[in-house]
Amino acid sequence: MSGAVIEFVQVSHTILGNRVLSDLNLEVHRGETFVLLGRSGCGKTTTLKLVNRLLDPSSGRVNVEGRSTRDWDPIRLRRGIGYVIQEVGLFPHRTVAQNIALVPSLEKWDEARTRNRVEELLALLGLEPKHYVDRFPWQLSGGQRQRVGVARALAADPPILLMDEPFGALDPLTRSEIQQEFQSLQQRLGKTILFVTHDLAEALRLGTRIGLMKDGALKVSGTASKLLVSDDPEIKLFLEPLRALVELGETLSSRGN
Amino acid sequence: MSLWQFLLENGNEVLSLTGQHLWMVFVSVLIAAAIGIPAGVLMTRRPGLEKGILGFASVVQTIPSLALFGFLILVPIVGGIGASSAIVALILYALLPIVRNTFIGIRKVDPAIREAGLGMGMTDRNLLLQVELPLSLGIILAGIRVAAITSVGVATIAAAIGAGGLGVYIFRGVASVNTTLILAGAIPAALLALLMDFGLNQLERYLSPPGANQEVRGDSARRGNAKGVVS
Repeated sequence: MSGAVIEFVQVSHTILGNRVLSDLNLEVHRGETFVLLGRSGCGKTTTLKLVNRLLDPSSGRVNVEGRSTRDWDPIRLRRGIGYVIQEVGLFPHRTVAQNIALVPSLEKWDEARTRNRVEELLALLGLEPKHYVDRFPWQLSGGQRQRVGVARALAADPPILLMDEPFGALDPLTRSEIQQEFQSLQQRLGKTILFVTHDLAEALRLGTRIGLMKDGALKVSGTASKLLVSDDPEIKLFLEPLRALVELGETLSSRGN
Repeated sequence: MSLWQFLLENGNEVLSLTGQHLWMVFVSVLIAAAIGIPAGVLMTRRPGLEKGILGFASVVQTIPSLALFGFLILVPIVGGIGASSAIVALILYALLPIVRNTFIGIRKVDPAIREAGLGMGMTDRNLLLQVELPLSLGIILAGIRVAAITSVGVATIAAAIGAGGLGVYIFRGVASVNTTLILAGAIPAALLALLMDFGLNQLERYLSPPGANQEVRGDSARRGNAKGVVS
């Protein structure tokens, strides 16, 4: 096997006659963080949902661990893939510990093993276990909720993580903090991650490789440095705000002098 | 003769009629819940059935109760003179609030919660039993409460087809233009409705899981706010 954990082969997807993905070819290698970058509606979330079979491709195939998703039992497939979404989707009637233990409870782990794992994960994500296990989601801040969401995705130690704008709803400071933590976490865990964002800075920061999507197609893909020198017009658009920010900084500092 | 005097002198009869009344309401709401909750769940799974099920339950509600009771006398097996006809009619009336609240309660569960559950590998059954039903329990119970209270009132008419209950006094009072007798049926029935409202309200509070009614995402997750919910 070539080391491609997730592989898209000529994948198209049509929703109600609208082609949201066309002829997508993509490989995500073991242990890397592949970031799909693009504006809203470009098909990046659809791409993600094709991996854990919340959607099926209209044509082409998606392979996970070398096997087409159509040949996987969807329940088995999903339990081996952590899933983190922007809205988090914690269960409001369950405590933090019960939320994190979702997959372990579905997999019928015994109580001691589950409890150990929950505490281990809370600690890993910088939440003091004894303060948080019995809290309910509504008693947490947005950043804490998202950390719990990540802990839930990691609970059964899946080799693959799918993350759909996981930090998009957080304020800029919390986002930056959690990105940093996530980066060091990823270095330790070495998961294969498919990450979706519309934030170029986040993509540059977290991605081993980045794929730029537009109108359901992958325009450019490669490392951050390759992307930055690309002359694709869409990339230029994404870089524009950054350039503007740098220029603003220069203007302000020259005025200050 | 004053109402108080009447109730004291006929204590046993009042109690037994109240018992009959309560029994009719209890049995019919229980059966209506056993049919209505699964029907509501089915509607969330098969959107095509939504119009048919809700339509049926709504049309039944528009039939005047006296006419429905009268019609059921003619129906073999389930109908006829007596309590079984009354219970069938009460079940039909109780269906709408239960079906509708079950459907709305489940539909109101935040789609992100459902997506996270499915994405993490819950089966549809897991999702229904562990997430959707617990989170909509408050709304479903509110539907049952409305059904029960309405049934207490409608059940008074059941006396017209020989099903007994507190309606016996009311019909007798109307026939003999005896206000005391009418009140002897109406007041215990009203008290019964109030008691039921209170009791089921308490149950609702007790059974609603902590956090289920908290606003998790800024949108209104409080029970009873959605359009069309009876509570």
